[in-house]
Amino acid sequence: MDRKPPREHVAPVQRVRLRYAKRGRLRFASHRDFQRALERALRRADVPMAFSAGFSPHPKISYANAAPTGTASEAEYLEIGLSQVCDPEDLRERIDRALPPGLDILDAVVARTPDFADRLQASRWRIELPGLTVDEARGPVDGLLAAHEVIVQRLTKNGMRSFDVRAALLAASVAPGGDRTMPCAILTVVIRQVTPSVRPDDILAALRSVAPSPAATGWQTPPPLVTREMQGPLAEGGSADEFVVGDPLAADREADQT
Amino acid sequence: MPSTPVASVFPALEALLPLVQKPIQYVGGEVNAVTAEWDEADVRWALMYPDAYEVGAPNQGVQILYEVLNEQPGVLCERTYAVWPDLEALMREHSVPQFTVDAHRPVGAFDVFGLSFSTELGYTNMLTALDLAGIPLIATERDESHPIVVAGGHAAFNPEPIADFVDAAVLGDGEEAVLKLTEVVREWKQAGRPDGRAGLLESIARSGVAYVPSMYDVEYLPDGRIRRVVPQRAGIPWRVSKHTLMDLDEWPYPKAPLVPLAETVHERMSVEIFRGCTRGCRFCQAGMITRPVRERSKAGIAAMVDNGLAKTGYEEVGLLSLSSADHSEIAEVTTYLADCYEGSQTSLSLPSTRVDAFNIDLANELSRNGRRSGLTFAPEGGSERMRKVINKQVTEDDLIRTVATAYGAGWRQVKLYFMCGLPTETDEDVLQIARLAAEVIRVGREVSGRRDIRCTVSIGGFVPKPHTPFQWAAQLDHETTDARLAKLRDAIRTNREYGKSIGFRYHDGKPGIIEGLLSRGDRRVGRVILQAWLQGARFDGWSEHFDFDRWASAASTALADEPVDLDWFTTRERDHAEVLPWDHLDSGLDREWLWEDWQDALDERGVEDCRWTPCFDCGVCDQMGTSIQVGPTDLGLPAVATRVVAGQPA
Repeated sequence: MDRKPPREHVAPVQRVRLRYAKRGRLRFASHRDFQRALERALRRADVPMAFSAGFSPHPKISYANAAPTGTASEAEYLEIGLSQVCDPEDLRERIDRALPPGLDILDAVVARTPDFADRLQASRWRIELPGLTVDEARGPVDGLLAAHEVIVQRLTKNGMRSFDVRAALLAASVAPGGDRTMPCAILTVVIRQVTPSVRPDDILAALRSVAPSPAATGWQTPPPLVTREMQGPLAEGGSADEFVVGDPLAADREADQT
Repeated sequence: MPSTPVASVFPALEALLPLVQKPIQYVGGEVNAVTAEWDEADVRWALMYPDAYEVGAPNQGVQILYEVLNEQPGVLCERTYAVWPDLEALMREHSVPQFTVDAHRPVGAFDVFGLSFSTELGYTNMLTALDLAGIPLIATERDESHPIVVAGGHAAFNPEPIADFVDAAVLGDGEEAVLKLTEVVREWKQAGRPDGRAGLLESIARSGVAYVPSMYDVEYLPDGRIRRVVPQRAGIPWRVSKHTLMDLDEWPYPKAPLVPLAETVHERMSVEIFRGCTRGCRFCQAGMITRPVRERSKAGIAAMVDNGLAKTGYEEVGLLSLSSADHSEIAEVTTYLADCYEGSQTSLSLPSTRVDAFNIDLANELSRNGRRSGLTFAPEGGSERMRKVINKQVTEDDLIRTVATAYGAGWRQVKLYFMCGLPTETDEDVLQIARLAAEVIRVGREVSGRRDIRCTVSIGGFVPKPHTPFQWAAQLDHETTDARLAKLRDAIRTNREYGKSIGFRYHDGKPGIIEGLLSRGDRRVGRVILQAWLQGARFDGWSEHFDFDRWASAASTALADEPVDLDWFTTRERDHAEVLPWDHLDSGLDREWLWEDWQDALDERGVEDCRWTPCFDCGVCDQMGTSIQVGPTDLGLPAVATRVVAGQPA
C-alpha cells in the first residue's frame, strides 16, 4: 500500500522580513539552536505560517548570514512566509514576546522588493578586547591595514582552509573602553560579505599573526566579546576609510509607503 | 548561621564558554525556566540529572520536581547537569564551582543537593559534581555549611554502592517526598539547627521520608556475604519504604515543560499517561518497583497535551509510560488527539513496544497523515522457551502476525528488541533470533509485495537488577555474551535470501558487567567507584568515555583486602538465604513472592497481569496501602475543538 503525502503546499500570501538580535548569554546559541527556538516561538505565538509540501512540512523561513556561535548580534535577518496577511508591527511584538529574553525581534517589514540577500553586502562588528589598551591594539591594526594580503587558516566543514582576510576588511578603527581595573580596546571593523565569509575570529587571527609576540597573548584571554552592530548595503563615505553600512529593510519600507 | 549573599558565577563562567563545545548547554535561559529570589526562600534545592545537559534537560523526573518545589512558598529550586570534561578542566583551572543553569549559583550554597539516578552509570558524574562544588565526597566529612546530598530515581532502590557519598536516598515517587523532606529541613533550620548536620540526618531518618545510610551498620560474614544491616539506634526504622503517588490527575506536572535552547535527545513534549506496570516481565526493574498501575484519566491527558503544546510550541507529543498501549482508554485517547491535531503540523507518538495488532491500530491512528517509517516491538527473548522464563507472554505466531499487519499497513521497517544473557539462556536460544528475523522478512515481503522492507534486530546484554525475580541470578560474563552475539551476527549475515534486509545492532558485554556491579553491589563497591573516578572515570553511560579496564583495575585495587571481587558481585548466583544489600529497602514486593517467581522462571512458568486476572499477592498493594487505578473514567473528553490552525486557511 503506497501512501502519498496528503497535504498541499500552504502557499504564502505575505512575506515579512525581520531583524533580530542575539544578546547576552543567548549569544552562545548556535544558528540551529536559534532556528528551533524561533519555530517554537512562532507556534506559541500562533503565527499563521505557510508550509512546504511533503510528508514532513516545514514552515517557510529563510535565514541570511547567521552570526557565528558565541558572537552577539544586533543585526540578524530572516524572512517568513505567512498564510494570512498580518500587520508587521503586531507580528514583531507577538514573536518577540514568545521568544526567550536575549533573542529579540527588533524590526519587521512586509517584503516588497526582490534580492534581499544581495543587500546584505557588509557588516560592522564591534570587538571588545578586555585587557588590551588602545596603544597595544593599534599597532597590529595598523599592521593589518598596511598589508596587501594576510592569509589565515580556519577549520571548516571541508577541512582546514586558507584564505585572505585583508581584501574583505574595508575599515578598522580602535577606541578606548573598559575602566580603571581593566583596560579594554574596542575595535570596530567593517567586513565585506564574501565567500568563504570572513568572520571576526579570522580578523583576530590575522591581528595575532601581525602582532609582536608579547601582546599576542592579550588577544586571547579573556576572550573578546564580539557584536555585529549593522548588516546591510554598503555606502562609501566621504573619505577613503569611511564605509557606512545601511539598513537593508529601508528599501521595503520605502516601497510600502509609495 | 547568617545567610551570606550568593553571587552568580556567570561572569567567571562566561569567559570559559567560548573555549568549550556547545556552550549553550551551560547558559540556561530555557522557555518556562523559573527565576526566584535567593533571599526570599528558606529552603533551597539544587537538582541534578547526572548526565550531559542534552540527556538531562528533557528528564521528566527533574522537570516535575523542579516545578513542584518552585511552586511552594519559601522554596527555591534550580537545576544543574554534568559538565563535559573540556569545561571541567577549565573550571578547575579557573576555580569555577559546579553551578546551576538557572541563576548560575554555586551548588555548594544550597540546602539540599538532590540527584536523580535513572541509571547507575551516573555515579561517577555525581562525584565530579560534588568535587567541583567543593562538597567533600565522603558524606561523613561534611559539615553544617554543606548541602545534604539526596539520591532519588530508580537506581536509589539500591543506594548501597553510593552509601559513602550520599546523605540520604528517597525511594519511589518524588513529588510528595521532596515536600516532606523540605519540611524536615525547614523545621530544623527554624529551630536553630539543633545538633547540627547529624541532628538533621537523624530527623530525616526518623521521619521515614528517606533512607539515611550512615545511620545503619552493615555486618559481614567471613565469606564476604552480608550478615545483617542494623540501625544504629532506637527510633531509626529497620526498613525504609518507597513513596507512591496515588492520584496522577491531582499532579499534572510538568504544567509548563522546559523548552531548552540546546538540542537534546528528546525534542518533544512528554505527557506521562500512567505510572507502574504489572505485565510482570521478570527482568524489568522499572515494572517491579513502580507498582501498582496508576492511570491518568483520559480527560487529564487531553488537558495536559493541550496546555503543554500551548506553553512550549513543540510539534511532537509523546505519551509516556512503561507500556503506553496498555492504558485502559488508549484507543479513545489516541483517536481524540489525532482528531484534535489533524492538520496542525503536530505529531503524536506512543513509545510502545507491545507485540500485537492493537498496537499497530494505534500507530496507524497516530500516523494518519504522516510517514509510516518504523515500528518497534520488544519480544526480548529469542526463543519460545526464553520468553516463558522472562514472562514475556508473546508467541512466535503473535509476533509474525503482528509484523505482517504492520507491513501490510504500509510500515516499511520493523525494529525488534532482544536481550542476551538471560537466566538459563543457551546459544540456541539466541540463535533463534536469526531465524525469527528471517521469517519476519519473508512474511513482510509476501504481504507488502515489496523487497525494500527491513527488519532491525537490536540486542543488549541483560543486567540483573535489585527488587526483581532475577535479583538472585548470575549475570552472564562478558566473554560469553560477546561470543554469543558474534554467533548471532554470523547467523544473520550468512542468510543469503534475507540477511541483507536484516540490520543488526548490539552492545558488547563489558559495560553491562560494570552496570551489574553498580546495580547489585553493596557498600564496599563505593571504594571501587571512588577509585575509578580518581583514575578518570566520567560519563560511563557513553561508549566513547567508558573504559572497562579502568573499572576492572579499580575493582581489584579497591577490593584487594576483601573476600569479594568483580565476579563475586556480578556472575555469582545468590541463594535464598543470602541477605541482599537492599533487603532493608522496601519496594513493597514480598521477598517470598519474588523468590517463587524466580523459581517459576526456572521452571518456565508464566504469570498473568493482575490488571485482568486475580491478584497474585506480589505484596505491593497490601504493604503500601495502594491499589490499581485503571479506567474507564467517568469524566469524558472535551469536544474536539474547531481549531484555527496555524498554516491552514481559516
